[in-house]
Amino acid sequence: MMGLFQFGLTGTKAAASSLALMIPMQPPAASTIAGEIDQLYYLLTGITLFFTVLIFSIIFYFMVKYRRRSKDEKPPDVHSPLVLELAWTVIPSLICVVIFVWSSILYIRSTHPPAAATEIFVVGKQWMWHLQHPEGPREINELHIPVGVPVKLTMTSQDVIHGFYVPAFRLKKDVLPGRYTSLWFEASEAGTYHLFCTEFCGTNHAEMIGWVYVMSPEDYAVWLSGGEKSEPMAQQGEQIFNHYTCGYCHVADGTGRGPSLVGVFGKPEKLSSGESKVVDEDLIRQALLQPNSVPVAGYAPIMPTFQGQLTEEQILQLIAYVKSLGVQERASAR
Amino acid sequence: MSTAIADIHESPAESSVNYLNASHGIKSWLLTLDHKRIGLLYLGTITTMFLIGGVAAVLMRLNLIEPQGALVEPDTYNKLFSIHGIIMVFFFLVPSIPATLGNFLIPLMIGARDVAFPRLNLMSWYIFVTGCFFALYAVAAGGVDTGWTFYPPFSSSYSHTHVVAMALGIFIAGFSSILTGLNFIVTIHKMRAPGMTWFRLPLFIWAMYATSLIFVLGTPVIAVTILLLAAERLLHVGIFDPAIGGDPLLFQHLFWFYSHPAVYIMILPGMGIISELITAFSRKKIFGYSFVAFSSLAIAIISFVVWGHHMFVTGQSVYAGLVFSVLSFVVAIPSAVKVFNWTATLYKGSISYEAPMLYALGFIGLFTLGGLTGLFLASLATDVHLNGTYFIVAHFHYIMVGGAIMAYMGGLHYWWPKITGRMYPDLWARFAALVIFVGFNLTFFPQFVLGYLGMPRRYGVYPEEFQVLNVLSSAGASILAIGYVIPLVYFFWSWNYGPPAGPNPWGATGLEWTTASPPPTENFEHSVIVTEDAYNYPTADVTSE
Repeated sequence: MMGLFQFGLTGTKAAASSLALMIPMQPPAASTIAGEIDQLYYLLTGITLFFTVLIFSIIFYFMVKYRRRSKDEKPPDVHSPLVLELAWTVIPSLICVVIFVWSSILYIRSTHPPAAATEIFVVGKQWMWHLQHPEGPREINELHIPVGVPVKLTMTSQDVIHGFYVPAFRLKKDVLPGRYTSLWFEASEAGTYHLFCTEFCGTNHAEMIGWVYVMSPEDYAVWLSGGEKSEPMAQQGEQIFNHYTCGYCHVADGTGRGPSLVGVFGKPEKLSSGESKVVDEDLIRQALLQPNSVPVAGYAPIMPTFQGQLTEEQILQLIAYVKSLGVQERASAR
Repeated sequence: MSTAIADIHESPAESSVNYLNASHGIKSWLLTLDHKRIGLLYLGTITTMFLIGGVAAVLMRLNLIEPQGALVEPDTYNKLFSIHGIIMVFFFLVPSIPATLGNFLIPLMIGARDVAFPRLNLMSWYIFVTGCFFALYAVAAGGVDTGWTFYPPFSSSYSHTHVVAMALGIFIAGFSSILTGLNFIVTIHKMRAPGMTWFRLPLFIWAMYATSLIFVLGTPVIAVTILLLAAERLLHVGIFDPAIGGDPLLFQHLFWFYSHPAVYIMILPGMGIISELITAFSRKKIFGYSFVAFSSLAIAIISFVVWGHHMFVTGQSVYAGLVFSVLSFVVAIPSAVKVFNWTATLYKGSISYEAPMLYALGFIGLFTLGGLTGLFLASLATDVHLNGTYFIVAHFHYIMVGGAIMAYMGGLHYWWPKITGRMYPDLWARFAALVIFVGFNLTFFPQFVLGYLGMPRRYGVYPEEFQVLNVLSSAGASILAIGYVIPLVYFFWSWNYGPPAGPNPWGATGLEWTTASPPPTENFEHSVIVTEDAYNYPTADVTSE
């Protein structure tokens, strides 16, 4: 029976004995939210079937019962009672309210990652996915994640708009150039699942696909430590930081020509315009590429732009480094 | 239009002088100010565009028979779906019912001699044809590969195809929409015959009025958007591409601000036609006239504030998502009201099943399914999964093809005797309606399943497990294509050899059926005075029932 519903790698080939068995009807469900989205989907399917069958049945009944029997037949005058009009306005509205509330609760949950989520960084480019784990390993068109652990993807594009979609998780989010979008999920079933690009991005859009490998935490730990040795992203960011001698101005104790970056992530920073902005991924990116658009209060606007010098991957590594500075400070404060 | 010119002298014997034989020669057509002839000029133009868009669809479905792509290279496939979408939306569906049947029928239905601005009306056609030439040039020169949605920065900075020519074609054709909408609004306000009050208007007129409002208010937005896109592509002004300081989501907001209401440009006129057909073939007054009339206006107005439901997965704020979700549910209600009212109109009617009625009943069924699947997409959590997949493709084809084109075909079959003065073979017409219904469902129903399984749209190659459903869909498409060719054949036959129809072959109410078929150039022999409501079919005195 599983062959009927499963269509992973091995999927439907096993069940190719008859046409009915060859038609998959349900994608695998492998995230904590997938089951609930499916339930909502079934409710909507039920409502759709009910009303379609209702309308079809009524039409067929009327077609037969009231078919024209003679050429000069005159039908009786039927008045349209207001009660009926109100009923078929109000009842569908109430159904819509129920769907809206349920759906919105699920949506809000799916857009708010838990604070403890493991962060993985994604860069989309024509026509491949580049991913990097905070521990350092990079992947192309493959994503290895542990089961039962919330994962948050921070995503951007190097060129056009892409869409990161894992049907088995019932989740997708567009990946835009020039800004970060995020997507979080907690995988619930180990297995191998499709990763698709869902925003048309040019010639090989249909081949910008890959696989998500959901592994047991033990297997994941083995996978992380295997392969080529690589430094954590924060360390790679630190090397870029040193390469461009950013520390010459951004001195840790705040005495430099630029503001200290220690502990700033996630906290509001006062700009010279007087407004405060929370330091997040987008603000760091903006400060690197258009520094004059976000001058920090108390400092001269002398930072040069790094537009064209840093790749999207390097910017993400720098962000990881700035984030790690915050964590170290908090750790030492304890 | 050559057949029209060749055969006008063979018009049905009973009507002496009519709009078809009143003047002769190609000049009499190209310089005509008669709304009826202009309607036919549009009919020829959009039928040509429909066939081009249809060929692109057939090639796509052929390619998708095999997972690795049976026919074409990826770039070619991308151009095929782009051309199919652009031609069908901007050069067929948007003008389809308003420009052909709307032009032909609005003056006839309200008892007027012509539209308010006949010269403007002819100019609109010339503008539309100019837009078509730009679009066809773009196709002939190598095509475009942006999809009909033209999302930047792909369309502005990355695509190497003829985006600007195609965009200009859409820009120009848009002015035809604006001018046609303006013409219709003024006509409906100022040209109604004495006694034709607003609440005596046929519901097709209400639908055309609501459509015209969207034409006039929405089309300028897409025109400006497309100009900005062309400016970015040609002059590298940073508007949408973040690499030069633009905002890619700004384009999506502007694009959908027009393109969602445009969905209702395509479906509202169809709803108007269905109200005419259901009443005529059940000989009944419409159930809840004012509810059906005002639901058209409600749809037109609310349609302007639901565009954000196309952007639930773009990173739009959660609160914006919630608001657009609520509004999208709200816009579904007036459509539901219409479906219930059409169904209730059949109650205790005297129902007959000529071809136009089959199309009308097919419309109600397919539109119901298309509308209800829209709830999956108004609902945030399910939309996140289904957005960008074949579920979307299936949903909007149920509305556009199952809805708008079924209604258009129903309307053509219903008013064909009025337009040409001749009948077509009803048996063939019923057969074609059935073929289209079956072919349509076989093509698009499997796509709902494909979408739920996760197959993204705009894929020329795909994982193997999706093959069976794709083959079913392609099989359906070939049946659907045959269904569309059959009417072309018998309409052509009917135009030349069909038996005379007489002024009112269906026994329908409505001013257009009180004049000759085809109507004289001035529409009515005598001045028209209206004294009764629309759909005032004779009723039996059975008050006791």
